[in-house]
Amino acid sequence: MTAVAEAPVLSALKPVRATKRSSIRARQAATAYAFLFPAMSILFVFVIWPIIDVFWQSVRGTTFLPPASPYVGLGNFRSIFDDPQFWTDLRTTAIYSAVTVPVTMALALMVALGLRHNNFTSRLLRTVYFLPALSSLAVMGLIWSFLLTPNIGVLNYWLTKLGISAPDWLGTTTWALPSVIAVAVWVTMGYDMVIFVAGRQGIPEEYYEAARIDGASPWQQFRHVTLPLLTPTTMFVLVTSVIGAFQAFDQIYVMTDGGPLYSTETLVIYMYRYAFENFQIGYGCSVAVCLFAIVLVFTVIEVRMFRRTQREAY
Amino acid sequence: MTASYLGRGTSARNHNAMLSQLEFVRRHARILMWVTLIAGAIVFVFPFIWMLSLSVKPEGQAITYPPTLFPRSLDLSPYVNVWGQIGLARLYLNTLLFAGAVTVLSVTFDSLAAYAFARLRFPGKELLFWVVLVTLMVPVAVLIVPLFFEVYEFHWLNTYEGLIVPLAANGYGIFLLRQFFSTLPFELDDAARVDGAGEFFIYRRIIVRLSGPAIAALAVFTFSFNWNNFLWPLIITTTSNMRTLPSGLVLFTGEHEVIYNLMSAAAVLAMAPLVVLFFFLQRYFVRGIALSGLR
Repeated sequence: MTAVAEAPVLSALKPVRATKRSSIRARQAATAYAFLFPAMSILFVFVIWPIIDVFWQSVRGTTFLPPASPYVGLGNFRSIFDDPQFWTDLRTTAIYSAVTVPVTMALALMVALGLRHNNFTSRLLRTVYFLPALSSLAVMGLIWSFLLTPNIGVLNYWLTKLGISAPDWLGTTTWALPSVIAVAVWVTMGYDMVIFVAGRQGIPEEYYEAARIDGASPWQQFRHVTLPLLTPTTMFVLVTSVIGAFQAFDQIYVMTDGGPLYSTETLVIYMYRYAFENFQIGYGCSVAVCLFAIVLVFTVIEVRMFRRTQREAY
Repeated sequence: MTASYLGRGTSARNHNAMLSQLEFVRRHARILMWVTLIAGAIVFVFPFIWMLSLSVKPEGQAITYPPTLFPRSLDLSPYVNVWGQIGLARLYLNTLLFAGAVTVLSVTFDSLAAYAFARLRFPGKELLFWVVLVTLMVPVAVLIVPLFFEVYEFHWLNTYEGLIVPLAANGYGIFLLRQFFSTLPFELDDAARVDGAGEFFIYRRIIVRLSGPAIAALAVFTFSFNWNNFLWPLIITTTSNMRTLPSGLVLFTGEHEVIYNLMSAAAVLAMAPLVVLFFFLQRYFVRGIALSGLR
């Protein structure tokens, strides 16, 4: 009897509870959209819209000369894939990224952990490591070319004094790419270091105290406390570094402009050459679309890789 | 290491010997670490020392063989001339306004969006987050042309709105803060919600408060990036009274030949405020987070 009497009550309650829960959900969603609105509207108007324009241009033969933008279908892409220079530059970009990203991240993490305290020496050294990020890349590219020049540059002068015959760093196809990579590490390490320092501050000291009480060595603390708890930070640094490396432009443009003999020409310099030096805007945009596709594939892989450890964040 | 020898029943003497050995290794590792860090710092600072030296070398001495770090005679006149010759004061003011406004707006908007991505449930979250990531994937160099025409359509060329508004939100900032916000324990929000706190209160008083280091880092990045932003102010501004430091300086060196001492002096002056600011702001992003009191 009681069961029968209760049944209608329960069924009457259920939809009420369901609507209440869904109204809480709806309210939270509404709040979320309100939080997102300012940033997302700016991104849609000033970034997504120009990106759509780039895609639109990529199937056109736009130049700065009339007649404007004839439709060429996939013609631009066919020319890109037929251009051996594109493949060489893709290889250069891949080598550049494969070296700069892990080297910069490893150095940044080590420096960040070494300098994470707030005493005067740490603050001073952190400022020094962050100097490249505070400077204008155009000016610093000029200063680096100055230091690396064979006849008047100070580096080769000192190396010769030590009895080492130094090469023409930026002037030979063998050494130009490694030199550009070294300067890239110099430029980007400071950013990653600051992010790692901030990430390390987010790990409560109690975890380290607990680990020490359990007798964990510094290496074990790093391996089992720091590294796993830094995962969201590491994911951010990895994803943005790979994107940044594939878009490397500024200091390479200032130091070598892709030379000598295209040995330091990355995809963005290739794109720049077509779009702004040959004025083939449509072709340049197709290169940007290819670059976008490559970067997207890498990002999807990286995000998937971290998804497992990031689950709780969703 | 420590665990294994504590586990074994070693005698007190052995124990002490091992402890001092460990202490020895540890101390030497520390010394090695500091030597490496300082050596690295010298490599990092060297180009700046050279720039400083170039800025005080008399004009003829910039290129000499053998190259010398210490100038034979000092010439501080570039530091004086640069003020009059390019109207540096106005450039400083514009740069401060531009970089400052972009930083305040984008850190605010990015942190609001990051809060939604990290702490709230809503339909389309995954998709919108990918939209944010996609904004990072197309090189700025190609976006600048369509963006220029957009600003032109808004009649914003050569205005502060035109300079600032398009940069007032940033995918990089949203992604960075989302990563940091997502590491904070969810018990905090739940407890606050049970107490009747609204989402804005939780965002402002709990999440932002506890993410000081990340917010400070983002603010420093945004400010210094835009302080040095060259291309954007260059194409959006047309009159000299709207120019910012980097574009103003480069236009100056473009009009004349590269005069190393003047260019270096200008670069040193442009950079100096940032370096001082960074040195003193550091305590904000190296402030440990005391979660213990909150749990």
